[in-house]
Amino acid sequence: MSTIIAYFKGIGQGLNTLWTGMKVTGYYFFHARKEIITMQYPDNRDTLKIPERFRGRVVMLHDQNNEHACNGCTMCEMACPNGSIKIITDKILNPETGKAVRIIDKHIYHFSMCTLCNLCVQACPSNALAMDNSYENSVYDRSELTFVLNQPGSKIRDNVKD
Amino acid sequence: MQAELISKDGTQEYFVNMGPQHPSTHGVLRLVLTLDGEIIKRVEPHIGYVHRSIEKMAEFDTYKQIIHLTDRMDYLSAHMNNEAVALLVENALEIEVSDRVKVIRTIMSELTRLASHQLWWGVMGMDMGAITTFLYAFRDREMINDIMEETTGARLTMNYNTPGGVMFDLHPNFQKQVKEFIKIFKTKLPEYDELLSGNIIFTERTKGIGKLSLADAISFGVTGPSGRASGFACDVRKTNPYSAYDRVNFTEILLVEGDAYARYKARIFEMWESISIIDQLIDNIPEGVIMAPMKAIVKLPKGEFYQRVETARGELGVFVVSDGNKTPYRVKFRSPGFSNLSVLDHISRGHKIADLVAIMSTLDLVIPDIDR
Ligand code: SF4
Ligand code: SF4
Repeated sequence: MSTIIAYFKGIGQGLNTLWTGMKVTGYYFFHARKEIITMQYPDNRDTLKIPERFRGRVVMLHDQNNEHACNGCTMCEMACPNGSIKIITDKILNPETGKAVRIIDKHIYHFSMCTLCNLCVQACPSNALAMDNSYENSVYDRSELTFVLNQPGSKIRDNVKD
Repeated sequence: MQAELISKDGTQEYFVNMGPQHPSTHGVLRLVLTLDGEIIKRVEPHIGYVHRSIEKMAEFDTYKQIIHLTDRMDYLSAHMNNEAVALLVENALEIEVSDRVKVIRTIMSELTRLASHQLWWGVMGMDMGAITTFLYAFRDREMINDIMEETTGARLTMNYNTPGGVMFDLHPNFQKQVKEFIKIFKTKLPEYDELLSGNIIFTERTKGIGKLSLADAISFGVTGPSGRASGFACDVRKTNPYSAYDRVNFTEILLVEGDAYARYKARIFEMWESISIIDQLIDNIPEGVIMAPMKAIVKLPKGEFYQRVETARGELGVFVVSDGNKTPYRVKFRSPGFSNLSVLDHISRGHKIADLVAIMSTLDLVIPDIDR
């Protein structure tokens, strides 16, 4: 007898919990317009809000005169945990003082190895680096992920300390 | 060998590989099951499929750089992992971080714990055959991810802690967003109970399954909600309070049953506790610097250092042997996932294969945490 009671009790309980769960999903079914969280990516690219701190990839900041603040001190290269940055420096003669000064030839950045840890940006003493907000970074070949961060023809801003 | 396996009634035990590409192992974990019909005789975990030698890599990294590696261990508790290394360095150098940093770290940790438990809940339901839970959990988790993204710049691997403080100050919107999230989530968490906790199919599949006794929990070193569901008072936040945990009121969730359902319940209760911790702290974040003065190159004094924190999965221990250089001599991570996995064989013997999925889900394993 008791097993029969337990059997029907189980069925009753089952229906009850089914009803409880269905109530929740039913609520959202009939209030579908209230809380839409699905985004229609990539159709909503224009309206997509990316937080300004979002770490997309490392870039070097250039101003309108195509000047940057990097003096080639290699602090970022040393701060990088996985060798994503390689600095190639050059020496030029300062015409006024006649001394050789170090300038940057190429700031090479291997995006394929970067873990976006932000350590290089923090390490840079002259704030030459920053993170941009790009998020569609897939390419067809790995070599396309190697960037030279200083733009061609750019030079160092005058007031940057060595 | 073969002959031994044939039992008296002429049946034979056999082996089945579960994983490494099995959806319910949540990663590349391979379980070699010895089965008698549908009954599990033995579970042999084979690990190492995502071994990245993080401990060895850490020997070549400075203390600031190690932190970003810990993101990749238990990626769902990334913030707590970061905090463990940061705390270790601060304690070793006897640096006092500001109250602001302590409170920020605590709030962030609890948000990460909530996000981790939400994901676990969704995935747990999915393992049991309920897709609904997955969508509901990710709906709520998305809000935490947005908060994280705004302040730390990353959704999962934040690398937000550094020795001496945190990388950025809180985003101006942070308090508002967190309060809004807490307000909303307080109304959503009861839904979790309605959808899954009371569901008869779910309770039938988890009650009495994978019982772990208190003695076994202690001897296997099962920590976190899984251990506390067996009554093992192992919450590091209570036993060795760090950051701001000594100034908040919360209950350590202790249950006695020790079965899969108790482990499930423990995590649901823990979410309420996390909410209450954030509630207590969010309105009084003290002012202060976010970075204690540090030398440019962090060198630990000669010696051995240990720091533990409570991640969403249990106790994470970081052990560092330093020879006084800027890189450690040896680093060892005591990851909660590894110890929690070790108990799997013990508690799933005699259960059916389908129960193994329930047991594994409630142990909340994260495979990169096990392999490191
Ligand atoms: S973000 Fe980190 S990994 Fe990437 S280049 Fe900078 S330091 Fe290296
Ligand atoms: S980017 Fe900054 S840290 Fe790197 S070499 Fe240039 S100035 Fe130095």
